[in-house]
Amino acid sequence: MRDVAVVSFAQSATRRDQTRNEVEILMPVLREAMAPTGLTTHDMGFTCSGSSDYLAGQAFAFVSALDAVGPWPPIQESHVEMDGAWALYEAWVRLQHGDIDTALVYAFGKSSPGDVGRVLALQLDPYVVGPLWPDAVSIAALQARAFLEAGHDEKDLARVVARSRRNAAGNPHAQLSGEVDEATLLDEPLYADPLRMHDCPPISDGAAVVVLAAGDRARELCERPAWIRGIDHRIDVQALGSRDLATSASTKLAGQKAGVGRVDLAEIHAPFSHQELIVAEALGLNESTTSINPSGGALASNPVMVAGLVRIGEAARRLSAGEGERAVAHATSGPALQQNLVCVLEAS
Amino acid sequence: MAGNLAAVLGTGQTKHVAKREDVSIAGLVREAADRALEDAGLTYADIDAVVIGKAPDMFEGVMMPELYLAEALGAIGKPLIRVHTAGSVGGSTAIVATHLVQAGVHERVLTVAFEKQSESNAMWALSIKIPFSQPLVAGAGGYFAPIIRGYIRKADAPLDTGFQVVLKDRLNALKNPYAHLHQPDISMEQIVSSPLLWDPIRYAETCPSSDGAAAMVIGSEQAADASSRPVAWIHGTAVRSEPTMGAGRDRVNPHAGRDCAKAVYAAAGITDPFREIDCAEIYVPFSWFEPMWLENLGFAEEGTGWKLVQDGVTALDGDLPINMSGGVLSSNPIGASGMLRFLEVANQVRGTAGEHQVDGARKALGHAYGGGSQFFAMWVVGKDKP
Amino acid sequence: MTAEPITGIVTPIRLDYTYTPGTAPSGFLRGMKEGRILGRRCPQCSKVYVPPRGSCPMCGVEFADEVEVADTGTLVTFAVVNVNFANRVIDLPYVSGEVRFDGSDTTSMVLVQGIPVDEVRMGMRVKAHWLPREEWDFTFANIDYVEPIDEPDADYDSYREFV
Ligand SMILES: [Zn+2]
Repeated sequence: MRDVAVVSFAQSATRRDQTRNEVEILMPVLREAMAPTGLTTHDMGFTCSGSSDYLAGQAFAFVSALDAVGPWPPIQESHVEMDGAWALYEAWVRLQHGDIDTALVYAFGKSSPGDVGRVLALQLDPYVVGPLWPDAVSIAALQARAFLEAGHDEKDLARVVARSRRNAAGNPHAQLSGEVDEATLLDEPLYADPLRMHDCPPISDGAAVVVLAAGDRARELCERPAWIRGIDHRIDVQALGSRDLATSASTKLAGQKAGVGRVDLAEIHAPFSHQELIVAEALGLNESTTSINPSGGALASNPVMVAGLVRIGEAARRLSAGEGERAVAHATSGPALQQNLVCVLEAS
Repeated sequence: MAGNLAAVLGTGQTKHVAKREDVSIAGLVREAADRALEDAGLTYADIDAVVIGKAPDMFEGVMMPELYLAEALGAIGKPLIRVHTAGSVGGSTAIVATHLVQAGVHERVLTVAFEKQSESNAMWALSIKIPFSQPLVAGAGGYFAPIIRGYIRKADAPLDTGFQVVLKDRLNALKNPYAHLHQPDISMEQIVSSPLLWDPIRYAETCPSSDGAAAMVIGSEQAADASSRPVAWIHGTAVRSEPTMGAGRDRVNPHAGRDCAKAVYAAAGITDPFREIDCAEIYVPFSWFEPMWLENLGFAEEGTGWKLVQDGVTALDGDLPINMSGGVLSSNPIGASGMLRFLEVANQVRGTAGEHQVDGARKALGHAYGGGSQFFAMWVVGKDKP
Repeated sequence: MTAEPITGIVTPIRLDYTYTPGTAPSGFLRGMKEGRILGRRCPQCSKVYVPPRGSCPMCGVEFADEVEVADTGTLVTFAVVNVNFANRVIDLPYVSGEVRFDGSDTTSMVLVQGIPVDEVRMGMRVKAHWLPREEWDFTFANIDYVEPIDEPDADYDSYREFV
């Protein structure tokens, strides 16, 4: 495989944004990501984006977002109706052909216009599950129950939340941060038993941009590129009754294929606290040697369709800044961690 | 484009109809996928990854339906990618699958595209009233009819050109058992007297609304060489996008379409498309798009595409047969329509097109476009290994 | 015994969204409320977009100054519509036109009235017919339709690039 690296990354602050539309949120992020490369969007060999029409509440939401790039003269471009992490995967595949050296990847999503918990219910089997409208938090709670019953403790969930808030204090893009005591967290009322409000993600609007480059081009564009050493994604059966919700077979498989090994830091896309523990276990991570979600993760800010790409960007950014030499980033999609992508990055 | 060789190992599609009430969405895609695998002489176990495409989720009312469809497509434990590039999606989906093979990531990829329009209301999905947006005055025809009027004016084209296209496509469709519209008694008189919906577009000149799916298995050179079935070698692929609302954008002869055609010909080593391409399946949802795309694709000089239609050049027995399957004018499962174009030309060069086979087809072009004519996806396939 | 096959079920979906027009479109909507057509100029290519969205789609840059354009314009192309769609009920047939308002570099899709359908032509000069002032809201629909004005048709070359 051709060596491809993340050479630049930018993300918007995440919050409910009632003044800007998707393009307006994306524009400054694009500019920020392009700036250190000295290139413009027109110089990119390939452009790929991730977003969801149902999140935006209108068909073809990605069409107007492309305005931000200014695709004129016409460009080579594609779009996945998935988290931007999969757009990055498509761009990585495209770079393997060797005829282009750079790719632009972006993702955008506003969760605030609709009721995102209900919107996500439309991902379920439309004949027998969807009509029951199980919202995203309820499904996560079913999974959390299965996870606790499998021999885990709710103190573990509180520990994840406390670490997320603490780490997010150092992340200017995060929505929720601060010093919180685990015992205090456990005193909070249950929200969707066994989950408490803090076990769930905030409602976030946001955008993220990653610039990829191959080989020598990457070295020219970035002092310390974060090389993609392995990237793979797998999907599980959707039906909640047909899989073990306490583990993630697809994450485990993707992790094996990507070759996770020993990593200095891990960015895990876990919108719910218990999911971080499930993914960490599937990836074989050990918190004593790996810094988990140094950004605070999706519990600190969760722009849907963007948060997975942010994990790759955050991991890469930290490696480029010298915070470690090897990292793993994870993205998820679908109810109860149905689909998972694992990306292993290195910088030296 | 550089990269490893790739080929179409098998194809499958459903019989396109207005309503497939006997199958669910999963049943529909499974049917096409089963047929593609059978055609390739393979099973789901031989497949490394699945790439699926469809038009907006709101057409069926299921968000990211690939999540629910993963099981039906045999994708459990495998990589699954969902593409959405508006109307061109069937084409761009096949191209993403091709890239996975050309990049050396996988040996055999199953690619599927579908639309089950009867399960929701596409017209409704396209006309959700967003408070601050300009109200669309008259549906898709209302958007494209003024562009067609622009073409007629620019090219000074005879007004019956569109009718000729429909007559040809609907007659071709009679030779295609999978086509939605089978109108044995179709005649020029019937077309001319059909209601004028969006002048200059008559009812007969519009595409139907179909339930349908298309699937292909795309494999590496090694997989193709090992296959006992005829394969279609992928000589080149290309995609191009431009801004929908760009000021001064030519919507009759879009820049992105011209660039995309140039790129796909260059990739396939084609210098004279009219002579070197034996037949093409192009995305024609309204009759007049055939002459418009003939120009955009470099088969005719600007302003002269209608002459090829009038002279019968694009007929099944003409010098450059276009839409041998009956095209989008005869079957339109939106998300799958682009893939059907790609699939039909693969069958042509494999020699497996059946009654609508073009004799001796060795090199063929598949074309898809989407949105307001701003997204393009194309491939050239050939009988011979490039 | 075989039961009747189930060929479909109806599962109503209702989702409510609060849309955000965004900064540049908001300026346009505020103009509409005052009976003015406000576009934005691209600082790079100088084209005026009506209505503006987030950025100049050709250049990929944020718009600069707001520009008021005229409510007169040229009908650059059109369709005669003989079928009604759910979101608007109008007497058939009617003309859906693409109008370039004077001063704008984009076209807008508007209803054309005040002239027999078979007399509508490309290049015709038109003027916006606004709803009564008390009905004005933050919407493009304040322009009910355009109607012909007493001016000679525009020369084809003057609007060819918008067709
Ligand atoms: Zn501009």
